[in-house]
Amino acid sequence: MSPPMGDSHKRFLQTMMSNGIISASRAAALHKHCCETHGAHYVADRLEDFINIINAHLQSLFMHIRKGMSEDDGLEYYALVNVTETDITRMASDYADNELELFRKTMDLIVDSESGSASSTDILNCADSLQTKKLKKKETEHVLNKFVQDKWLNEKDGEYTLSVRCIVEMEQYMRTIYQDLIKVCHVCHNIALQCQMCENPICGIKVHLPCVARYFRARSDPRCPECSDFWPHEIPEILHSQSQSSQNLPSSSRESTAPTPSRRSRRS
Amino acid sequence: MSQRKKAVSASQNKTHRRSQVCLDEDDEDAHFSQITSKQVQRAREHFTPVQIDRKVAEVVQFILIKDQKKIPIRRADIGKHVIKEYKAIYTEIMNRVCRTFEQVFGLKLVEIDPKNHIYILINKLEPIHGEQVSMRPGNPKTGLLFVILSVIFMKGGVIKENLVWNTLKKLRVDPGEKHDEFGDVKKMLTDEFVRQKYLEYVKIPHTEPVEYEFRWGLRAEKEVSKLKLLEFVGEVCAFLFLLHSPIQLTNLSVTVIINVIKCALINL
Repeated sequence: MSPPMGDSHKRFLQTMMSNGIISASRAAALHKHCCETHGAHYVADRLEDFINIINAHLQSLFMHIRKGMSEDDGLEYYALVNVTETDITRMASDYADNELELFRKTMDLIVDSESGSASSTDILNCADSLQTKKLKKKETEHVLNKFVQDKWLNEKDGEYTLSVRCIVEMEQYMRTIYQDLIKVCHVCHNIALQCQMCENPICGIKVHLPCVARYFRARSDPRCPECSDFWPHEIPEILHSQSQSSQNLPSSSRESTAPTPSRRSRRS
Repeated sequence: MSQRKKAVSASQNKTHRRSQVCLDEDDEDAHFSQITSKQVQRAREHFTPVQIDRKVAEVVQFILIKDQKKIPIRRADIGKHVIKEYKAIYTEIMNRVCRTFEQVFGLKLVEIDPKNHIYILINKLEPIHGEQVSMRPGNPKTGLLFVILSVIFMKGGVIKENLVWNTLKKLRVDPGEKHDEFGDVKKMLTDEFVRQKYLEYVKIPHTEPVEYEFRWGLRAEKEVSKLKLLEFVGEVCAFLFLLHSPIQLTNLSVTVIINVIKCALINL
């Protein structure tokens, strides 16, 4: 029988509910804040245990606080997800049918692409051929903005990628509908959309950029972990960790604390 | 709203007893009180514990989604869209739902309209004085709403709409124009906030041309601690009075007012 939820757990959950997703460092700070507010026994580094208690109670409600890594910055995040999802139903209440259809099509484009992104031009073309109800250019731009605001998509220079929230929330759904068509990271075994690929035609494994950064850290001769061919891509720098205090990092965390501040370069 | 009624197709509402296809929501709701204990018994035997657990989870999800948008929840809607054929054990399901909200989320399901059976979720956890805004999600609309609630409160509980519009104008929020952050402000106050039960927008009888007045809504009554509001008002008192003075406010003083309000809100 799981221990009952204290006020500290409830406060943490409420904050998760309104934010949808938070970074691991913020989660650690929130853990401390919630415990201190309600006079609960606080142990740094026990964030996972704290969250496990909440998850035990969320299980019968088909909800879960899940940890995931961002493809962009390699940092870990905690997201409150629905477990019953067989579709993108989490979004269903916030968007119209044709907007949902556009999202699915955008997701298709992104999963199909090599870069793990979709251009606004391509998305606009999709909007023009929706089965539910077509979206005009201005409407499409408005909806895309909403998706970004609600943290389902990221946008940079006209290219759209799936946000960490989207991937953590919908990983199950995506694996189900895309099956073998979706790329998986060889290092961490999660879905990989923005990734580097081994150029060996009989190998072709994919690795997330942050996973590349960690795996090939300080190696002068990077080799593919599967086929040992030379890894031809630029090895990104590990991003400087944003956590306030290293004590708050759970021991299983893959968050990096390397002090190199240089911005990771995008792979070609 | 009417679209949703049609979408939840008649096929799903085939509960044996009903011959009509489209039900008036009052009829729907009256059904709750006509259930006999024998029907309850039969229902409990008919559904497995697993099925009932699932229903509880679905009701919790339904309420959370509605509450996220601050839409008050009608008992009739819960019955029609979620509980459906489990109606006979509605009470048992709702008891468990309420217990779940309290024990897992620290929320309380409160009936704000006993006649029409309308509920809202309120927070049972005490708001913390001086809580960092980053620990609690912000909403720019809340700030504006609070100013209006404060003005109504200070004026004895009811004010003519003109006073509200003038107050806003002095804050450089012109209800006649589309605002960058709030959009159609008039609609927000007279429609959105009213639907969410934060405000009431009532016609003043025997006025020609028709005039309206603003009062606190049922949700505001339940959710907003008058004590906290008094503290808030105390902190911006001088400035709020300035708003009603004939002195023209410069841009600088408006900025100061808004900053003071923001600081005061952080402490709420």
